Amino acid sequence: MTESTKTDEKTSAPPAPVRTSAVARWRWGALAVLLVLAVYAPFQLAPFYVFQLTMVLVYAVALLGLNLLVGHAGQISLGHGAFFAIGAYTAAILMEREALPYPLTLPVAAAVAFLIGLGLGVPAMRLRGLYLALVTLAIAIFLVPLLKRFEELTGGSMGLTLAKPQPPAWTGLAEDQWLYFIALIVAVGAFLLVASLLRSRVGRALHAVRDNEIAAEVMGVRLSFYKTLAFAWSAMLAGVAGSVYTWVIGFVSPDSFTVNLSINLLAGIVVGGLGSLSGPVLGGLFVMFVPSISQDINDAAPGVIFGLLIIAVMYVAPTGLAGLAGRLIKKIPRKKE
Amino acid sequence: MAGFLQQIVTGLGAGAIYASLALALVLIYQFTGIVNFAQGELAMFSTYVAWTLVAAGMSFWLALVITLVVSFVGGMLIERVVIRPVEGAPELTIVIVTVGLFIFVNAAAGWIWTFLIKDFPNPFPGGALELGAVTVNFSTLGVLGVVALVMGLLYLLFQHTKIGLGMRAVATNPASARLVGIRVGWTLALGWGLAATVGAVSGVLVAPLLFLEPNMMAGVLIYAFAAATLGGFDSPVGAVVGGLVVGVAETLAGAYVGFIGSDLKIGVPLLIILAVLLLRPQGLFGRAAVERA
Repeated sequence: MTESTKTDEKTSAPPAPVRTSAVARWRWGALAVLLVLAVYAPFQLAPFYVFQLTMVLVYAVALLGLNLLVGHAGQISLGHGAFFAIGAYTAAILMEREALPYPLTLPVAAAVAFLIGLGLGVPAMRLRGLYLALVTLAIAIFLVPLLKRFEELTGGSMGLTLAKPQPPAWTGLAEDQWLYFIALIVAVGAFLLVASLLRSRVGRALHAVRDNEIAAEVMGVRLSFYKTLAFAWSAMLAGVAGSVYTWVIGFVSPDSFTVNLSINLLAGIVVGGLGSLSGPVLGGLFVMFVPSISQDINDAAPGVIFGLLIIAVMYVAPTGLAGLAGRLIKKIPRKKE
Repeated sequence: MAGFLQQIVTGLGAGAIYASLALALVLIYQFTGIVNFAQGELAMFSTYVAWTLVAAGMSFWLALVITLVVSFVGGMLIERVVIRPVEGAPELTIVIVTVGLFIFVNAAAGWIWTFLIKDFPNPFPGGALELGAVTVNFSTLGVLGVVALVMGLLYLLFQHTKIGLGMRAVATNPASARLVGIRVGWTLALGWGLAATVGAVSGVLVAPLLFLEPNMMAGVLIYAFAAATLGGFDSPVGAVVGGLVVGVAETLAGAYVGFIGSDLKIGVPLLIILAVLLLRPQGLFGRAAVERA
């Protein structure tokens, strides 16, 4: 039994989780509990922990996008940090130079990231997905000097410092709580968007492309169209996450968006769980907490852990933590029978 | 004019280094059809090994030989231990594994040798050759010579030895190669070992020009990607030609296009990759892939 599942996972990684009604019920129950906890948490925790959770949500939004691309369309981006940065800078520049109210910067950031993703996706998707990885890695490395160059716009190496959004008086919330709820609303919105996208015709097309390109093409799925679109959407979600990042941190600088960010995001989604909806949240927790905990051992410890975990996950559990959790949950109803 | 020629010579020197890393990428691509994203980091690690040996008082050339042997064995071990379990898995899985390797090796080097930059000795004499108005540094000549030597040795290995014949057979068709009695697994490991060795050469050559630090090869890797894309990922000759072209293009763009300057030069390989993908996706020397479904 275990032997056969292993080979299955190797040939069609990462497999979509099989849904039975029991699993679905468990999942909705867990989701409801999670949401209640998420709303309750900021009133119980110290501001610093609230901030950390806010960042988890920000990363989760970016990872939702990356998951759409890697987990559902089977393409790799090593430069999602760049789209995150594009969103963050778009928001920052609009707030700083144009004095735009902060909620309006989100759609603009999303649109800019989407268009840039579309423009880069067209050449990168002409061949196999491999080239997307090359192009995106090059973009991630190129972006930092580019941001430093356009100093009058981006503030150069010094970056831009912005006022954080203040909670309206009627809410009675503190700043950190307000930012947390903004991030939570954006994250839930992004989650619902991606979930409904995946249940649509588009989602099925993406899965077909991932699992067997030739078969998908034969069935009338336009490969490059869907791959490019998946890339643009995932860039858009990274841009959305970036704009929320700007609100939460109130500061952007080129060195916050080095290639390490892109690589951490990829590590987060691989470990969190490719192709599952809870993967991005688990990945967000991972990206936020593993570095800050392990940095005490050595500056290089997060990298060592990330690298080893990525390789280990690809060997033994291509669906990541979410997949492992899914397997455990699946076992519970079976025991009851 | 002299200034222009001077830039070209400088570009060729840089290009030779990109060519050697591109050659390493192409070697692995030919055998396994995957791009090894960790290639640059493996080269960086090898360079640290060389640095450690030199810092311990060993002569440079002896240290180099030991480094190359260590890299070869290391490359083979990585294939056996890390890549072997995912052999035959979808491309996505293998690429993610090499990215994991990239992160791990980078961090491991930072852990062992810290992230502080280190001076790496230049093996070539400091003077320069005067050719009319153009000055060619001995180190540039040395780099070009070493890369030419590596090319020549690889050519001899592939075209005139039995091992090379076996490797070409595996690259062409692993299943048929296995049927005629070639040990495909070990040949793949050999390919990784060779690639790691060639990559180590590029690391040792580039380290005196940059500073030795764990992120040293990230930029070089992008140039090598551009070189391999331009030359065609399945063509060793293409990798070398591509490397030289990329080196010259980057130097000229940095010198003559005021907007690019020295800080945005890293955009040049990105443009080259995008242009090649739009105009001639198989590269200059590559074969267009024809797949039978």
